[in-house]
Amino acid sequence: MAVDRPRRRLTASPAAWLVWGAVALFFVNLAGLIGSVVVSSLGTRWFDSWLPMGYTTRWYSWAWREFGLLDVLVTTLEVSLLVIVISVALGVPASYVLARRSFPGKRALTMVFLLPVLMPPITYGIPLATMLYKVGLAGHTSGVVLANLVPSVPFVILTMTPFIEQIDPTIERAARMCGATTAQVFRGILAPLLLPGILASSILVGVRTVGMFELTFLTAGPDSQTLVVALYYSMSAAGIRAQQSVDAMAVMYTSMMLVLLVVALRFVNPTQLVAQATDDPDR
Amino acid sequence: MAQPAAWRHRMAERGVDWQLLLLGPATICVLGLFVYPFCYGVGLSLQPEGGDVLASYRRFFTDAYERDTIWTTLRLALPAALFNVLASVPIACRMRGRFRGRRALTTLLVIPITLGTVLTAEGLLNYFGPTGWFNRILLSTGIVDTPVRLTNNVTGVMLSLVITGFPFAFLLIGSYLAGIDPALERAAATLGAGGWQRFWRITLPLLAPGLATTFCLTFVLAFSVFPSAVLVGDPAGTTRVISIAAYHAAYEAYDYSLASAIAVIMGVIELIILAAVLGWRSLLYTGSTRGKG
Repeated sequence: MAVDRPRRRLTASPAAWLVWGAVALFFVNLAGLIGSVVVSSLGTRWFDSWLPMGYTTRWYSWAWREFGLLDVLVTTLEVSLLVIVISVALGVPASYVLARRSFPGKRALTMVFLLPVLMPPITYGIPLATMLYKVGLAGHTSGVVLANLVPSVPFVILTMTPFIEQIDPTIERAARMCGATTAQVFRGILAPLLLPGILASSILVGVRTVGMFELTFLTAGPDSQTLVVALYYSMSAAGIRAQQSVDAMAVMYTSMMLVLLVVALRFVNPTQLVAQATDDPDR
Repeated sequence: MAQPAAWRHRMAERGVDWQLLLLGPATICVLGLFVYPFCYGVGLSLQPEGGDVLASYRRFFTDAYERDTIWTTLRLALPAALFNVLASVPIACRMRGRFRGRRALTTLLVIPITLGTVLTAEGLLNYFGPTGWFNRILLSTGIVDTPVRLTNNVTGVMLSLVITGFPFAFLLIGSYLAGIDPALERAAATLGAGGWQRFWRITLPLLAPGLATTFCLTFVLAFSVFPSAVLVGDPAGTTRVISIAAYHAAYEAYDYSLASAIAVIMGVIELIILAAVLGWRSLLYTGSTRGKG
């Protein structure tokens, strides 16, 4: 532990070497894993050799046309935006009350909001999908959005509550003393202060929704598939389509997610989601 | 007119007033889309097409092919979650404090989260497959004579669970560790505690509740393994996990009663394990991890 030393020595202990070695091994294999998919998506034919025989970009255009990726992307965007807007609209007021107030039944309500995050999606996804099919909502975008709200609303509540707790309640009290109503306090005081938090949690909800497989898989119809589900179908129906085109599609999916996450990391520090870090006393 | 005002005042003293209505929309959403379907599922599972109330559950538990999916799932999910948590601890401990490239390393660790199940599956099949780079390296360096079989079996699913679960566990543990005041360890050091003693006596007890929470969250991720069990596993045999059984019952056999029964069983098993871990966690110290206080 080089806490007190001003500069880390270059010669580290054997334990340190072991740990860094394991990290390096993880990254080398990860790079190989991603690299092999990228190389495969750019290669012409690749069987029993180190590298493919030639390189081409036609798999990308092929995948774009063959899988109707434009429609899939539009659906993905539509679903994610709807889920973000609805879950923020429902979740932020609820997390405000949970952060600021104590009332009878608060613990039970918190538990109800926590459960959807803790349960595997399949356990409630199957009855939910059955119910939505009965009502006639499943198989459309609306069904997919409704199913995705189940983990998203509690997620917004869980991430927003610490954000709201950080805001000094005396500011609100001052505003109330000047005669502001709850709606005015929300618009004039809380909204500007909460904007970074809302942005962060909407991006995280977006990442989760784009990546959510099970719920979308269970409720989507042929024209309401998001990108993950379309990818899964194209891969599990392997043999019909060239593997490289699936690789190309997977690379497109990953680059999209990567952009989203890098944007998210600019707004939110992952180490601050759980505990308010006092990383370094002298910072 | 005085009556409702007095009543409102009495309720307000207990913390009930109009502001609580802000909770309404979210509560209705969760009740309607989570609690109600769950109860509906329990109801469905108790109404099999033939036989008595518990027929679906009996069918699941008497059929060895179905029953064994529980062990298959636990055998995959428990070691994967445990490994992810235990491997993250030393790495997160090493990465405390400031050093060059720390932010870059964190960003690199986030990459696996963006991969998604399909790219991970494709990558595992390409890279760890019999003609993949990994086996080529092993063969050409002479470590093995025949390609190691790492995909389409339990190992493949395990690798996929580690790749997606490890960064998640690492980020969470890193944030818990950042919340522990380094002054506590320094105080122990001034009393003459060595590195190992400081870790076992100071850091680990403070970190343990966070480890329990992280284990629960990674376990949830690993427990609902479905796409990777199908794509890189052996979905008809050794990696037929319980979610595959539920999916088959619902969408291939159209037996919604059995499917709901499996979903309920899955939920119950999950809750038992979470309750066990969280019960153990409640025995631990869960107060402030700051030095002053």
